[in-house]
Amino acid sequence: MPNTANTDIEVKLLIQAIYLKYSYDFRDYAGASQKRRVLHAVRQLGCSSISDLQARVLRDPDMFMSLLQYITIPTTEMFRDPAYFMALREEVVPFLKTYPSLKIWIAGCSTGEELYSMAILLKEEGLLERSIIYATDINPAALDKARKGIFSLDRVRAYTANYQQAGGRAAFSDYYTAAYNNALFDRSLCENISFADHSLATDSVFAETHLISCRNVMIYFNHNLQERALGLFHESLCHRGFLGLGSKETIDFSGFATQFEPLVKPQRLYRKL
Amino acid sequence: MSTSSERKIRAIVIGASAGGIKALLVILKKLPASFRLPIIVVLHVPEDRESKLAEVFQYHLEMKVQQAQDKEWIKPGTVYFAGSGYHLSIEQDFSFSLSCEEPECFARPSIDILMQSAADAYGTDLAGFLLSGANHDGAAGLASIKAAGGFTVVQDPAEAEAAIMPQTAINICRPDRIMTLHEIHLFIADLENTYGN
Repeated sequence: MPNTANTDIEVKLLIQAIYLKYSYDFRDYAGASQKRRVLHAVRQLGCSSISDLQARVLRDPDMFMSLLQYITIPTTEMFRDPAYFMALREEVVPFLKTYPSLKIWIAGCSTGEELYSMAILLKEEGLLERSIIYATDINPAALDKARKGIFSLDRVRAYTANYQQAGGRAAFSDYYTAAYNNALFDRSLCENISFADHSLATDSVFAETHLISCRNVMIYFNHNLQERALGLFHESLCHRGFLGLGSKETIDFSGFATQFEPLVKPQRLYRKL
Repeated sequence: MSTSSERKIRAIVIGASAGGIKALLVILKKLPASFRLPIIVVLHVPEDRESKLAEVFQYHLEMKVQQAQDKEWIKPGTVYFAGSGYHLSIEQDFSFSLSCEEPECFARPSIDILMQSAADAYGTDLAGFLLSGANHDGAAGLASIKAAGGFTVVQDPAEAEAAIMPQTAINICRPDRIMTLHEIHLFIADLENTYGN
């Protein structure tokens, strides 16, 4: 890539422009993937350059919303890494059952696949009624999808295997109604879910929680932002609260390595010390 | 090698696919434990299961071998393998980052992504090697390394178990060298002495 220095400057300026105009803070996202997403967006949105994209984004909030869908990467599936959910059932649920009421935070819930997975798991473990689930994300379009709970039927059917490997007790299809090509997840799963706009880069802790699940979000952060996010999680968690990360994420290279103990290290489940 | 006297290779990146395990063993096997340069490898692995490459190679190599972890700082004298299902990038602060972007050339981890990010981070101080494989992944990546002033080598397609990957790279990128695996091994072993820190 010739002129890589120019590209880096243009990305930086774009991110700064977004911050100044829309108050979305992407300044501490991991550089390599951010650059790729921006270049991808330039191509997909028909811009002649990153600077052209920046000019349009500044003038047009809709353009910004479109760009947002490229910068925030919604790759997700239900019961993703089934072993994680199995470990939640086996190692974390027994502790959760000792609380009369629970607060659970799905940080970076994206389009809701993980959120509904968690709600189903809690329901099957008899914990959903006593729980409030906070589902937060910076992307309003993703939150909207998550609220609606409508996913492609083909994809949902493909998640059945994940659900079963995650220790699912029922028939997966019990949780959704199929219509045309879509699956609509049971609205009762949402009764205790509170959806909210929240940025791990700029916002503060909003509740004391017992379990935080933040999976494959912090891989897109640089060290600084990961540190900030872990700080929020540490502050939010109650005494001996639980933190779950994505299958290849770790706190080992952060300042919080000594503030959590691994509970089930292979599944990235930690407990606040 | 024209600009070799100014160049100081600080890292090696290698990409391979079909036939890659055997090829890598030839290249890496006799590198001593004291070899100082970090070597970062993307070998295409199936997405749906954990990669055992680090364990397998640790058994055979004298150098330390690990799977590259997110946010981990790159350490000298270590061979890093990309794990399955995530792209592996090198950040400008010489740490690793993983991501779940779409597969590229049907591959995740992608050789292109590793090499392009490595080129951004290391610039001229990088040596990139592309070995046997049956798809086009890596050609663009190697071209990025070359464009950034790094040194590029492709395995001789005549020797490669799968020739498409090296041949495509030769066509697209015009690497500095085309070598056999044995020559690549000797070249890397010598890299420290001739060009290392």
